Amino acid sequence: MKKTMNYITLEFLSRSSNEAFARTAVACFAAQMDPTLGELEDIKTAVSEAVTNAIVHGYPNVLGKVLVKAKICEGNVLEVSVKDRGRGIPDVEKARQPMFTTGGEERSGMGFTIMESFMDHIAVKSVPGKGTTVTLRKKLAPRRRQTA
Amino acid sequence: MEINAKSTDRKLLLELTGELDHQGAAQAIRELELALDAALPLHLALDLSGVTFMDSSGIALILRAQRRMQTLGGSLLVCRVPQQARRVLDAAGIDRVVTIR
Repeated sequence: MKKTMNYITLEFLSRSSNEAFARTAVACFAAQMDPTLGELEDIKTAVSEAVTNAIVHGYPNVLGKVLVKAKICEGNVLEVSVKDRGRGIPDVEKARQPMFTTGGEERSGMGFTIMESFMDHIAVKSVPGKGTTVTLRKKLAPRRRQTA
Repeated sequence: MEINAKSTDRKLLLELTGELDHQGAAQAIRELELALDAALPLHLALDLSGVTFMDSSGIALILRAQRRMQTLGGSLLVCRVPQQARRVLDAAGIDRVVTIR
């Protein structure tokens, strides 16, 4: 377990209008790690997918709480967990398959594929009827800082 | 999300501006359907140059447009894709089923 250097916690209602807030807040927090623009976009995109999944699949036709925790760990690693206490995923392995969706025509079934592609590590823990936690991790490349 | 539609000779151009996330895509899909029903185009172009953020919700929009154009016997072109959106499309391998320029 890597030492946590800094963290934030966000809790919000599962409204679609909070998707942009959540991904932007995490990106703003991660900005202190001096990421490249590409790394920042990767983080925003992956967080958007995880939060959208919690809103659309965790709480279909009902409002619930979504909890996002972003941590900066030693070694320049960002870890983001997105937790809902919604209906859960009966078969996580199946849900992670590309093009699989239960979200109708507004969803592409590519959310987990995008998260896997843009982050270094993804873990999904889900209990049907209890909720889902998606944990994303990305090590940011060390950047040469200018010295005065 | 703003969509500007231009239609001539059964060619429809939709210029998308804003964030194409779940919320934006839901609105964009509704407007896409209305524009397609009005124009019944043989060629549809989606111009993404004004899209400031896109996640997999944008892929759902593009696949919806592709299915509708197949039904109409027409073609779809996705063009002027910003870098962030392009990386999402590449990660999903959408260029295997849709023409992107």
